[in-house]
Parts: sequence; structure tokens; C-alpha cells
Amino acid sequence: MTAPTTVSPAAEAGEPTAPRPAKPKTHWRTRLGRDWPLLIMAAPMMVLVWGFWWIPSLGNIIAFQDYKPYSGGIFGSRIVGFTHFQHLFADPDFLRALTNTLGITAFQVVFYFPVPIMLALLLHSITSGRLRSTLQSVVYLPYFFSWVLVIAIFQQMLGGAGLISQTLRQNGFDGIDWMTDPDTFILLVTSQAVWKDAGFGAIIFLAALAAIDPNLYEAAAVDGAGRWRRLWHITLPGLRPVIVLLLILRLGDALNVGFEQFFLQRSAVGSQASEVFDTFVYYSGIRVGDFDYGAAAGLFKGVVGLILILAANRVAHMLGERGVYSRS
Amino acid sequence: MTRRAAWEEKPTVTGRAAKGVSIVLIMLVILFPLYAIALTSLSSAETVHRVGGLVVWPGDGITFEAYEQMFRNPVVLRALMVSLLITAGGTLLSVVVSVLGAYSLSRPGSFGHKTILFSVLLMFVVFPGLIPVYLWVSALGLRDNYLAIILPMAVSAFNVVVLRAFFMNIPQELFDSARIDGAGEFRILWQIVTPLSKAVIAVVTLFYAVAYWNNWFNAFLYLDDTGKWPLALVLRTYVVESAPLPQAAGLTEAPPTLAVKMAIVMIAIVPAVIIYPFVQKHFKKGVIIGAVKG
Repeated sequence: MTAPTTVSPAAEAGEPTAPRPAKPKTHWRTRLGRDWPLLIMAAPMMVLVWGFWWIPSLGNIIAFQDYKPYSGGIFGSRIVGFTHFQHLFADPDFLRALTNTLGITAFQVVFYFPVPIMLALLLHSITSGRLRSTLQSVVYLPYFFSWVLVIAIFQQMLGGAGLISQTLRQNGFDGIDWMTDPDTFILLVTSQAVWKDAGFGAIIFLAALAAIDPNLYEAAAVDGAGRWRRLWHITLPGLRPVIVLLLILRLGDALNVGFEQFFLQRSAVGSQASEVFDTFVYYSGIRVGDFDYGAAAGLFKGVVGLILILAANRVAHMLGERGVYSRS
Repeated sequence: MTRRAAWEEKPTVTGRAAKGVSIVLIMLVILFPLYAIALTSLSSAETVHRVGGLVVWPGDGITFEAYEQMFRNPVVLRALMVSLLITAGGTLLSVVVSVLGAYSLSRPGSFGHKTILFSVLLMFVVFPGLIPVYLWVSALGLRDNYLAIILPMAVSAFNVVVLRAFFMNIPQELFDSARIDGAGEFRILWQIVTPLSKAVIAVVTLFYAVAYWNNWFNAFLYLDDTGKWPLALVLRTYVVESAPLPQAAGLTEAPPTLAVKMAIVMIAIVPAVIIYPFVQKHFKKGVIIGAVKG
């Protein structure tokens, strides 16, 4: 009921103002008296968010401790500064996890990233609405399967006892086991990612395609542009903001290649090819029991990941795109 | 239904062929494995043995032998019940908490709004890390408790933001008139906002339910008692690892036959396949995209 009575200087100067409700400059006590039901509504969420996200985050302090789970605990263990981080960079396993992670990211930027775009172009070009929505339903479906299922399905197809090996053997050839071959592992994980997620990833590009003004195509066609020139001069520029945004986000997320997919296949393929950041944290920390060392690896990943995201967003702004958190 | 515009040239024969072939290939790559798994789960043990792996040709008849065997296996049956329980309970908790929280966040300028919003939005870029959460959940005494699976994943910042964006797009006049009529916040949420937001709530419910149904790693970390394991974890042990359950409480279960394994895979897939069509239509309406862009 607080009507926006003041006119901001920006509005007087003729600048566009956001059509958001003006922030009431009421006293905090008045606002508390008015908004307490909202606080009650937020309370369960806050309990969960703080109780299982922010409070445990403080536990990262053990990365700087000689953490003794039983005799010292988080309050009684000796502070050792950056010792664990120094050890990390002398640890060949950690360095391999780092290079594997970055290698897989680079590979997937080239071989996974374009797939949802091509899929969206294909879906968008289908003129029969029925066929299009059928295909959409089919390609979205695997997104809802767990990695356990996806890997089980791939095993049954490409594994040593899988359908392809079985068919090869019945026809007098040797079977091939892609599921345990470290040399082709990067291809395997990328095709699994494509199978599972590329369809759902196409949604955002489909939305961008639908937002392109059809008059542009018509005008271009009237001016004599063929379908390839329309693709190049209208469709791709229309997709550019989304592509740039997602590409930058992916690069900012370079240390994240997913955990479950690698963890589940680590014993079959061996750690040489399949050790990534997150599996390293699990094995060095929880499996071996060096909680402080594993936490240091996890914290390193978290901090570098945060810096990369912030840097990526900065780059997005420099390129004139909206980035991730341009608002407020 | 999009129809070809008058100015658009007729598609070339090669273009049409290429498009047709890619559509068929995509469908095959996704659906064929599912078909082979379904057929194998419906085949008799002899057929599977004779074929020497997955059954692809449907000539040998259909039997529910494997499913009967699976449901006689107490481990699988129990795991199925556990998964249903975790999924139902967790989803209910998550959806209620997220709708309430998102509604409270949909009112800029209210008391504490910035602090609450910030502690949710920051979840997108700052993560507590596996080990601190593991130690914390263990320290809370939640080991071997189903709450250890549910609580750490109960609030998804993404889902809250999706709901919030939708709530914020509801015309302000509706709230104003309800408030003039004397409705409190809870009543506005229940009688005005929720009925208008059925689509987005359905989508968020699906996301949460799928996350709970698929989760096996929390169970793997916190449930030492294999008798409490959910289906996804049993699936991992039986099918991906091809191993018997470790120290299965008094049960000496041999790893099941291929047909039974495929029946377990089918049971793990089926809920997603059943619920999915009801919710899928909302994807197209841009429920998610609107939120992602906003």
C-alpha cells in the first residue's frame, strides 16, 4: 500500500526505469511487523540451506589443519597452514586428476557442446508438429535416467558381454570391450554425456530459435538469400547470445566434469584414465581417510572454480552479453 | 504446427533424406537399447542363455519369469520400498519447503529479503565440498538414517529460483485485491498463487522426484546397513558391478541372472517413463526457459 510517490531523478532525466515495484523506504520495524509471515515461510528453507550447505562449508577449515577426527576434531586439531596444498602439487595422482579433468572438459567443449545446437536446429526444422514433439519427447527422456542406469545400458551395449561384442563373436570376430579400455575412455564418457544430456540441453537453444523474428527470414528470402545464407546470417546470430553464455559458463565450470559418471566406471577403466577432481577428493579423503588432504583438494577446486566463474562472467560482460548475474 | 511459409524454397531431395536418416538414427540410438533391455527382461532364462546376451528378436515369446524372480528376491523388494519411501517423503518435503521459500523470496523489499535471496543464490557458485558435508552429516548422527539422504539434497537452488521467477510474474493486482479483501500471506499463497502455478510446481516436483529416485551416492556414503539400501544402489551393485551385496544381512544372494538384472533396470526406469509425459508438455511452454533467462 506504499504508493511510489517520489519520482526518481533518472526518470526525470528521461532514462528508462525498471518496471519493478519501488522499494519502500519504511522503517525496519514496520517491515518486520508487515513481513513476518514471509519470514516464517522462508524459515524451513533457511534451516536446510544453512544446516546442510553453509554450516558444513565452514568445515573446510580442516584443509588447513592436521585433522584428527577422533582425538582432536575440528576445534582441537593443529593448524598446519598450506602444507596440504603443497603436498597436493607434488602428488602425481592429484596432477593426473587435474590434467584428466581439463582434458575431458576441452574434449567435450569441442565434441559435446555443438550437439545440442545441431539437435535444436534439426528439431526446429521439422515441419510436422506431431513428428517434432515425438522426437522431442524421445530425446529429453534419457536426461531423467540416473548415471547408474546410463552406464548399465552402455555396458549392455558396448561392454565385453554386451550386444555388439556378442554379435561380433557370433559372426566369428573378436569381441570389443569399450567399457574397460582406458585409451577410448574419453570417447566413451563423451558419448554417454551426449546420449544422456544433449537432448535436454537442446531446450534452451530451441527457445532461442523460437524467439527469432520470422520476418527476418522472410525479408532475407525476398532479398534472395538461400537457406544456408539465412542460417549463417540470421539463425546463428540469433543464437549467439545463448551460445556465448553457455560456452563461457562451461569454461567457468572447467573443473567440473561430473562425479558419478567417473566414479562408477573407475574400477572398470582404472584410475589412470578416469581419475578426475571429484573422484580424487573421494578416494584421497573418504576412502583413504585423509580427510584434511581430501578437503584441501576439494577446497582448491572450489576456489579455482569460483574464480573461473567470476572471470567468465566478466568476459561475458566485456563481449556485451548479459552474463549470468547481470541483474542488480 | 508450423507450416512452410510461401517464401520458403521446397526442400531438396538430399536435404529431406539427410533429415529423415538423422531422425531415424537418433530415435534408434535412444530407443533401441531400451527395447533390447525390455525384451530381455521379458524373456525366459533359456532364451537368454541360448542367445548368449541381450535378446533382440521377439520370436521366443514373452514371460514374466524374471519379474517374478525379482520380486521373490527380498533385497530387491525391500530396496524398491525404500526408494519409494525416500522419493515420496523427500519430494513432499522439498516441494513444500521450496514453494514456501520461493514465495517469500518473490517480494523484493520485504524484511530480510536480500539476505535470504543471497544465501540461496550463492549456492550456484559456492559449494561446501564433499568431505565437510560428509563429516558434518556423520557428526549429526545421521549415519544409517534416511534423513542423511534426504536433508542434504532437500533444497535445490535451481528449483527455488524457477519457482520464484514464476511467482514474480503473477500480476501484482491479484495480490493487491486479495490483500484488500483481508487475505494473509499464507492464504494468498494457497488460494491464489498455487492454483496459478500448477505447471511450474509440476515441473519442480518432477525434478525433485527424479533426483531422489536416482540418488545412490548419499545412500552409499551414509547407509552402512545394506538392508536399508535404495534401488539405485542395489542396481549399481548388481548390474554395474555385477557383484552380490556386501555383507547382505543374513542373505546369501548370488548376483541375479541377466534377465533379472534387466528387470531391475526396467523397474528403475519405469517411474520416470510413467510420470514424464504428464509433465513434459510443460517444458515446451517455457516454464523453465523463462526462469533461466530471468
